[in-house]
Amino acid sequence: MPWVRNQMAARAAEELQDGWYVNLGIGIPTLVANYVGDKDITLQSENGMLGMGPFPFEGDEDPDLINAGKQTITELNRTAYFDSATSFGMIRGGKIAAAILGAMEVAENGDLANWMIPGKLVKGMGGAMDLVAGVGRVIVVMDHTNKHGDSKLLKECTLPLTGKAVVDRIITNLGVLDVVEGGLKIVECADGVTEEEVRAATEATIV
Amino acid sequence: MKKIYPNAAEALDGLLFDGMFIAAGGFGLCGIPELLLGAIKDAGTKDLTFASNNAGVDDFGIGILLQTRQVKKMISSYVGENAEFMRQYLSGELELEFNPQGTLAERMRAGGCGIPGFYTKTGVGTVIAEGKEHKDFNGETYIMEEGIFADLAIVKAWKTDETGNLIFRKTARNFNPPAAMCGKTCVVEVEEIVPTGSLDPDHIHLPGIYVHRIIQGDHEKRIEQRTTRKREEA
Repeated sequence: MPWVRNQMAARAAEELQDGWYVNLGIGIPTLVANYVGDKDITLQSENGMLGMGPFPFEGDEDPDLINAGKQTITELNRTAYFDSATSFGMIRGGKIAAAILGAMEVAENGDLANWMIPGKLVKGMGGAMDLVAGVGRVIVVMDHTNKHGDSKLLKECTLPLTGKAVVDRIITNLGVLDVVEGGLKIVECADGVTEEEVRAATEATIV
Repeated sequence: MKKIYPNAAEALDGLLFDGMFIAAGGFGLCGIPELLLGAIKDAGTKDLTFASNNAGVDDFGIGILLQTRQVKKMISSYVGENAEFMRQYLSGELELEFNPQGTLAERMRAGGCGIPGFYTKTGVGTVIAEGKEHKDFNGETYIMEEGIFADLAIVKAWKTDETGNLIFRKTARNFNPPAAMCGKTCVVEVEEIVPTGSLDPDHIHLPGIYVHRIIQGDHEKRIEQRTTRKREEA
């Protein structure tokens, strides 16, 4: 059985090491926070916060306290606030250990496309280009194929790039793959999924 | 020199002109200079270029200046929440320059620090890098981005003393300090003006040297995405 969203998030949480400062993207990456367990993980929100807490209780929403998805959130006793230039200084400066992001396409050399589809409404890259260029490790969490059944792990991206050769590891509903010399390497298959099934669903070169 | 003005219109008096370049603080609708934007709308200043991370929503933030066609160009990282923006952009009435969010913040900070250009890895190999100078440092390729030097900065802070020493609140700080720094003149709107001497000098987020004019007012502080969790039973 391929992994469902929460299983992908739980698998992604295993990537995080005790003491890490981490940035989580929107969608499945946000769910990763539910699975960090006892590990000491500090979440960064790139609009200017380290130590992001859960959503507030109804009635406790504060318009001055939001995450990068503009959702109301809460602070923790360890929280620190700072301005956007400082925030992206720590991203660009490599202080954030990892970013977990969604993607539309990943290429076998680690190219990532997740911000724009030509001909469709372009909303902007936000902080995604800064994150993938700056953080220590870029982990993509996404479905292995798109809704037409086509592979999202490609020899080359067809969409405009967010970053060139930036992805380190990909966690899909079918398993875990690393970007290595010459292509992608299967690290692990989802429970009950065979390596043949992963290969069949992947356009990128598997080494 | 007295920095405190009675209202937004008087604080902007003599600073506005058609075709000017304005840097605005705020992230989404959080920490935006909503009173000063309202006064710019009332003043009717046209052909404005804004450096601002977002463009507001249709009826709040910079969105109100889009409705009145006062904006010529936006320099932003994300503009997805504004239908009128998209309409004007797709019909060619509005220019749009996408900047990665960190590049935009650093362009403001750099401009404020007298740095006309800097090199960053952000955007290398993407459309953002097209036409920009590339340079290698220690075997890695970087692109040059330019500092922003705005005619005017409009920002929102939580508190100030009478000399313009600013304190921001939580994530409403965001782009406000770098925006304030890159303006030739900076006008700040705050929720509270406290007597000089009542703020702890060690707790100032942005010193008053960057602040030229101050107004105090009531803020709507709209929430864009209200998300909550259920209170668990004790």
